[in-house]
Amino acid sequence: MKKYGKLYKFFYKKSTVGVVMCLPFIIGFCLFLAVPMGLSLYYSFCEYNILSPAQFTGTGNYIKMFTGDKTFWRAVKATFYFAFVSVPLRLLFALVVALILFHQTKMTGIYRAAYYLPSILGGSVAVSILWKRMFAADGVVNILLNSVGVDIHFNWLGNTKTAIWTLVLLSVWQFGSSMLIFLSAMKQISGELYEAAEVDGAGGAKKFFSITLPLLTPTIFFNLIIQLIGGFLAFTQSFIITQGKPMDSTLFYALYMYQQTFTFSNAGYGSAMAWVMLIFIGIMTWVLFKTKKFWVYDQG
Amino acid sequence: MRNKIIYHTLVFSFGLIMLYPLFWMLMSSFKDSNTIFTTAGQLIPRNFTLENYKNGWRGFGNVGFGSFFGNSLIIAFFATIGTLFSSALVAYSFARCEFKGSGFLFAAMLASMMLPGQILMVPQYLWYRKLGWVGGFAPLIVPYWFAIQGFFVYLMRNFIDGIPRDLDEAAQIDGCSYYAIFTRIILPLMRPAFVTSGIFSFIWRWDDFMSALLYINKTALYPVALALKLFADPSSSSDYGAMFAMAALSLVPVVMIFFIFQRQLVEGIASSGIKG
Repeated sequence: MKKYGKLYKFFYKKSTVGVVMCLPFIIGFCLFLAVPMGLSLYYSFCEYNILSPAQFTGTGNYIKMFTGDKTFWRAVKATFYFAFVSVPLRLLFALVVALILFHQTKMTGIYRAAYYLPSILGGSVAVSILWKRMFAADGVVNILLNSVGVDIHFNWLGNTKTAIWTLVLLSVWQFGSSMLIFLSAMKQISGELYEAAEVDGAGGAKKFFSITLPLLTPTIFFNLIIQLIGGFLAFTQSFIITQGKPMDSTLFYALYMYQQTFTFSNAGYGSAMAWVMLIFIGIMTWVLFKTKKFWVYDQG
Repeated sequence: MRNKIIYHTLVFSFGLIMLYPLFWMLMSSFKDSNTIFTTAGQLIPRNFTLENYKNGWRGFGNVGFGSFFGNSLIIAFFATIGTLFSSALVAYSFARCEFKGSGFLFAAMLASMMLPGQILMVPQYLWYRKLGWVGGFAPLIVPYWFAIQGFFVYLMRNFIDGIPRDLDEAAQIDGCSYYAIFTRIILPLMRPAFVTSGIFSFIWRWDDFMSALLYINKTALYPVALALKLFADPSSSSDYGAMFAMAALSLVPVVMIFFIFQRQLVEGIASSGIKG
């Protein structure tokens, strides 16, 4: 009886309950994150075509990536271009529109919904195939331009300069969710600050640059990191709309990683690419955190 | 007054431009397939036809779009249920039942939130292949029963943090164990968090193209996202009418959720501060 009581007590102890309730995460973290990542770390030092057993080749994949693979560097270039252009543009758009919509009118709810809808739908395959048809030589963009008098039969997706911009546009089009985040952050700024600034004779621009913008920097910072990481790993859009073409100008990192692994059966190389990106993201996040003290307002 | 008119005209027309591609796709799906690009400048179809929907619904090979929608529903539904269930347990553990190492695990969870799915694409594929999961729905459903999306745990933990601890204490005095506090007090109060998480999870799973691309190889098991891709393949016959019809149809569940749960979506994004 006493033994039963002890076990009973143990089972209902706060810390035991904590562990029991946490089990899904502990198991899931090991099984679906740690083990696959560990496994792929090993494969990244191997030649592995998935079907036959992996052959250990040491740092071969990494050396090839950094010294002997021009396509890899083209993919890095396209990815950086995409992420460093589309993310700041999207955040800028989100901020400007949030400022415009901050002023409440009867229509604000409808406007907010209209601007937000693309973010909810933009990640879908449906929108990607629509985008592909919009920017084809006989697509709706050219037809609309023709109807307003611009004689154009240009294939936006076939040119190394414009193809990536169709993807940037698709990404910026989805500024709505960032806009909502900015709107809610702006609502939390105390009205007293603005009143005090008005007493001191500050105008709209002065209020924006001295109050709104500094107080939004923590939100901007956080979203910049999250969205840059997302931008470095954009996949579906380039997979469906451009397939990396033309001349690898839209060959995003994740797409190349996919091709290496599944099209060329170089799972070892693909694993190495995943690890290089992971390390890069880690370094970039660390560097961004180091720059924090120069431009992010510290509320503490 | 004049400023007001200018403001509304600008904001309204910009909204129209934003939504124009979506309107265009919807309207094109009601046009005769061979007139879509010749009449692309006109938004409203001259001959309103449902032919594209009939053609598209037939699908590919012997598999109709009904099956694709069914597959998507099964995947999105069971993955979402699993996410809600497991995330609630873990969130409760982090919020109310600290134990040795729970701080470390919470940090690990936050770190995993920063880890995009694409990084895991190759590692997870190789691992699921070893487990013999490739080819079925398991990789698209089972992991979600283990709270692998930190976003939802984080969101729910914040929600539980907002529930007054007095309630727990009162229940404890009445003889409730920590398990009973969860099932009797916390769980019933978590409904708003479940609605918000459920919406996001469903939309994300519905749209998830990459995992389906990696793991599903039989057309009969394709979800909608993957089936739509078949329309875009260069090898398939280019029936753009059918393609737009099915693409528009694939957006219907998400658009419906958007209109019904707009408030929860907006609050979910605003309170978590993370892009949805």
